[in-house]
Amino acid sequence: MNIELRGISKHFGPVKANQDINLEIRAGEVIGLLGENGAGKSTLMNILSGLYRQDAGEILIDGRPTAFDGPGDSIAAGIGMVHQHFMLVPVFSVVENVILGVEPTRGADYLDLDAARAQVQNINSRYGMDVPTESLIMDLPVGIQQRVEILKVLFRSADVLILDEPTAVLTPQEVAEFFGIVRALRDAGKAIVFITHKLHEILEIADRVSVLRQGKIVGDGDPSQFSEADLAEMMVGRPVSFSVGRGSPETGAPVLELSGVSLFDENQDSRLSDVSMSVHEGEIVGVAGVQGNGQTELVDAIAGLSSIAGGGIRFCGTDITGRSVRQRHQMGIAHIPEDRQKSGMVAGFSVAENMVLNRYYDEPIARGVQIDWRQAQQQAAEACMKFDVRTPNVFLGAGSLSGGNQQKMVVARELERAVKLVVASQPTRGVDVGSIEFIHKQLVSCSEQGNGVLIISSELDEILDLSDRIYVMFEGRITAEFDNRKRDADRNAIGLAMAGAGGTRAA
Amino acid sequence: MTSNIPSTDSQIRELLAPSIETRGDMRELVMVPLGAVVLALIIGALIMMATSVPPATILQSFVALADGALGSVNAVSETLTAAIPLVLAGLGIGLAFRAGLFNIGAEGQMVVGGLATAVASFSITGVPMVIHLPLALLIGLSAGALYAGIAGILRAVTGAHEVISTIMLNLISFRLLDYFLRQPYIQKEGRSDPISRAVLDSAELPRLLSFIDPNMRLHFGLFIMLAAVVLVWWLLFRSKLGFAFRISGENPDAARYAGIRAGLTIVLAMMIAGALAGLAGATQVSGVLGRATPGFTAGIGFDAIAVALLGRSHPVGILLAGLLFGGLEAGGRQMQVGAGVSIDMISIMQALIIIFVAAPLLVKQVFPVLFRKKPDHGATKGGADG
Repeated sequence: MNIELRGISKHFGPVKANQDINLEIRAGEVIGLLGENGAGKSTLMNILSGLYRQDAGEILIDGRPTAFDGPGDSIAAGIGMVHQHFMLVPVFSVVENVILGVEPTRGADYLDLDAARAQVQNINSRYGMDVPTESLIMDLPVGIQQRVEILKVLFRSADVLILDEPTAVLTPQEVAEFFGIVRALRDAGKAIVFITHKLHEILEIADRVSVLRQGKIVGDGDPSQFSEADLAEMMVGRPVSFSVGRGSPETGAPVLELSGVSLFDENQDSRLSDVSMSVHEGEIVGVAGVQGNGQTELVDAIAGLSSIAGGGIRFCGTDITGRSVRQRHQMGIAHIPEDRQKSGMVAGFSVAENMVLNRYYDEPIARGVQIDWRQAQQQAAEACMKFDVRTPNVFLGAGSLSGGNQQKMVVARELERAVKLVVASQPTRGVDVGSIEFIHKQLVSCSEQGNGVLIISSELDEILDLSDRIYVMFEGRITAEFDNRKRDADRNAIGLAMAGAGGTRAA
Repeated sequence: MTSNIPSTDSQIRELLAPSIETRGDMRELVMVPLGAVVLALIIGALIMMATSVPPATILQSFVALADGALGSVNAVSETLTAAIPLVLAGLGIGLAFRAGLFNIGAEGQMVVGGLATAVASFSITGVPMVIHLPLALLIGLSAGALYAGIAGILRAVTGAHEVISTIMLNLISFRLLDYFLRQPYIQKEGRSDPISRAVLDSAELPRLLSFIDPNMRLHFGLFIMLAAVVLVWWLLFRSKLGFAFRISGENPDAARYAGIRAGLTIVLAMMIAGALAGLAGATQVSGVLGRATPGFTAGIGFDAIAVALLGRSHPVGILLAGLLFGGLEAGGRQMQVGAGVSIDMISIMQALIIIFVAAPLLVKQVFPVLFRKKPDHGATKGGADG
């Protein structure tokens, strides 16, 4: 099935989300749709999946003009969308989730689970998806859950698959496997729209690429004719530097020292065991590892969000093991949490309110038992300027900012005060290229001012680019340590350590 | 990114200027309840028609409703009198709601607060009014706070959900009231039915309009109510504690991250909510009833949930909603007397108002005129892209 979008335009009030967009989606091809947050990718795909109606232009399916009155029409036409945020019922099995809404029935509404199972299993094996179809969704890792979403659209006999930022939630290993599935789908004649803002993915998987900026297609063609730098420039509209320049670091006294830290979860399962590490003044230390190997718990332990079972944590020479979250804040530990939506911000609050979450209780924002909102708004406005948080004003609900701006708001809040240690957990997850560059620069400049910076990230590139020293975590332990002052740490060796192989501490 | 920074100051000033869009929310805040009231009146009329009440009587009943709520000084006095406990308890429920807690227990907290005030009002003797009255009210307030605190502690320490525990505490409070009203040191001498001794004059909230007519019941509690509105507004939107409440209510994870102690916040929010409900019971006893009797709270604590909902948990909104419900209460009595329509009609309309407030989309569709926006409004939101 081939789809052609011709001259599609869509505006919301004065905002032109899509302007005169032409796009061809062909069977047996992966088309990469590249663009920053807010470039109009989602609007375009929502038009294609029947959620929005275009103001102008037409959609041709196999040459015939088609109008969608709702998502149902689009699904019936064979277009399936895999959303970035999964829509699965956690307590249902894979099969039950896949058939939800289109259950095969016999007789008077008898649910024919056997038929369903066979059908799902058939799709599963045809594309080498390797999904345990009888497991409950909640027992499956994120990467497999994503495959269930793909199974869902395939079960509804989709010929065109729209994958919205599919790799945002995947680990490097999972990405490799995922690309295998995408290729299998393509080779089976499916048309695939791959939406992303990650350049190397386009170069790796896409047969054609279209770059969107401010609602317009600003470039398209064969990815092999572009370099990463070309694509980035098209996407952002100006040259982008990928590696953040940095002089050789002058490291000083230790800011953070963990010695033999262990931590158990509520089921008394060990989450951290015997973790010892240090971060020095002026140093950027990275923690690499596949997600779920204790990174979250490590950050929680340092920030004081969970209490440790053994070992000790020292900050600037002081034992802070028993200190509260707030005391640690006040001592000068900044914490950029891994999930801004969940714990980094209050979506229903204004930008100004969000900007003071970590200091509303101290002078000068606080005056006795009162909060001086004028002062808070003033500081928030200044922080917005300094950290390039793009918002019409500080009274706007933080939930309506784009992901990149939300993250910059969180970063601004944490760095816009006297800190000695920055713990940045997944600081650029789900953030556009321009914002990534900006946040990285902020972290580097923070270390150059003599502060310690600890970056925890599942993006190995981010760790390799920024860190002077790299720890690798595996199953709650530090399994390896690498010197990266010359940015020459062995990528393969780190990858192996992330997968649990070896156990070297080559400092 | 910020390659062009021509005038930082002017940009900062721009960031500090609230836009029309941010104000747009306020409009909706007022329009939805207003539309809901109109819809409830219409459906109320339809129900009356369905029960073959002649149109003339329906019209007459609405006239009586308005007359009883606002038609005379006495009507206004009755409306305000009814609004006082509704607003006070509603403030408590709204405040707890802002902190993410569903306080269904205002009724029980009123019972306990009212009973405590009643006991203090007749058992403390020989003190002047300036001491006795505030003391009696304070005791009622504290009793309400402690009673609600039980639910708060249960939630903070054991995780028991406050909806369940406050409902149970309500039931316990009713039986506690029945029990205490039969105790010799509380029960009125010479009575066999459960009724408390009368509040002493020195503990009675002074009537405000007795110079016009000694039967007008409006009492000093009006000012307590207004002060409470201001105080709760200040607490929620100006104080550190209120900010902590609001963070905990909107996003408990972010609250933890901001170093707010969840347990303490829950207990404090419940206690303040209980204090306000206790005060509602106290003013009712020392301003209107003059004694405690079985069921003296008359479901006000439950109606106050509706008031808090209608007022969108905003102190000013709760004040307005409380006045509306007070007016319906006072007008409903007139409706029954003047037009012979059952006062139950009022309960139905109150319930309808709540349903419509809970379904703002419905109200918007029925009255699109109220919500018509300037053409460019909402554009910045709608144009956002993932």
